[in-house]
Amino acid sequence: MKSIAEIKAIREKMQSQIILRENSEEGETRLVVGMATCGISAGARPVFNTLVDEVAKRNLSKVKVTRAGCLGMCKLEPIVEVFVPGQEKVTYIQVDSEKAKRIISEHIVNGNVVNDYLITSEV
Amino acid sequence: MRELSLNLLDIAENSVKAKATLIEITVTVKANLLTFVIKDNGCGMDEAFLAKVTDPFTTTRTTRKVGMGIPLLKMIAEMSGGEFAITSEKGVGTTTSATFQLDHINRPPLGDLADSIVALVTDLGDSNLIFTYSVENEKFVFDTREVRAELEDIPMDNPEILVFIRDLIKQNVEITNGGLNI
Repeated sequence: MKSIAEIKAIREKMQSQIILRENSEEGETRLVVGMATCGISAGARPVFNTLVDEVAKRNLSKVKVTRAGCLGMCKLEPIVEVFVPGQEKVTYIQVDSEKAKRIISEHIVNGNVVNDYLITSEV
Repeated sequence: MRELSLNLLDIAENSVKAKATLIEITVTVKANLLTFVIKDNGCGMDEAFLAKVTDPFTTTRTTRKVGMGIPLLKMIAEMSGGEFAITSEKGVGTTTSATFQLDHINRPPLGDLADSIVALVTDLGDSNLIFTYSVENEKFVFDTREVRAELEDIPMDNPEILVFIRDLIKQNVEITNGGLNI
């Protein structure tokens, strides 16, 4: 069974990584999931947890997954906003776990915006 | 909302917005009654706001004029043979509680508590969260202050830490359930 004491081992491993990270100039990429009542009921929680899983699994050290309240377009939830330093904000709509995985692999890892999930004039 | 744990996540977000430094979430299953209580030491509400807080056309947000979180929870509790209550004092904090009859046909499943707690943890900033889960005589307590003590200078919202916290809660909730499907 896991216990909080195990965090110590993870911490020690991370502390060595952080020293490496501090030497690089890159800023932090942020993935923001809308998680007000509208987002949650549309399925934002599994999206959030998938993003956390993928970032942890791929060891993406400069990527942070956070949540926000209502992003203002309830019918398009779950919404994920991607902030890459030095680039314009990208907004993905009606995201699910599968889409979240593709956003990580194509956009965050490879730097290609996933055009299929963007807001278009038809929505 | 298909799971009570989603309502929990939704309502606890109000405590974060109220700038609470300590949020206590207690989920108890005992003698055919499921109870959850969310207690915070945030800004609280004045009597006038408290009186209309279960009205869906009351909200603090500015993007639109509806706030469904609390009315939804109240409806689900009452539909499931339970009750909803909210008490608050300006400057002291707010306590929201809801009960559900465990075997009521309208009671939604509890769902994944670990997923909800992890989503909350990322939003805490320097605040803390105590999550207490008990089923009959079994009890599990998760306290972010204990996590922080182990973490030292590593931020708690680091994805690797979040995955660990989620597994920790998942395992312990399962053990606390003792084979019960809640």
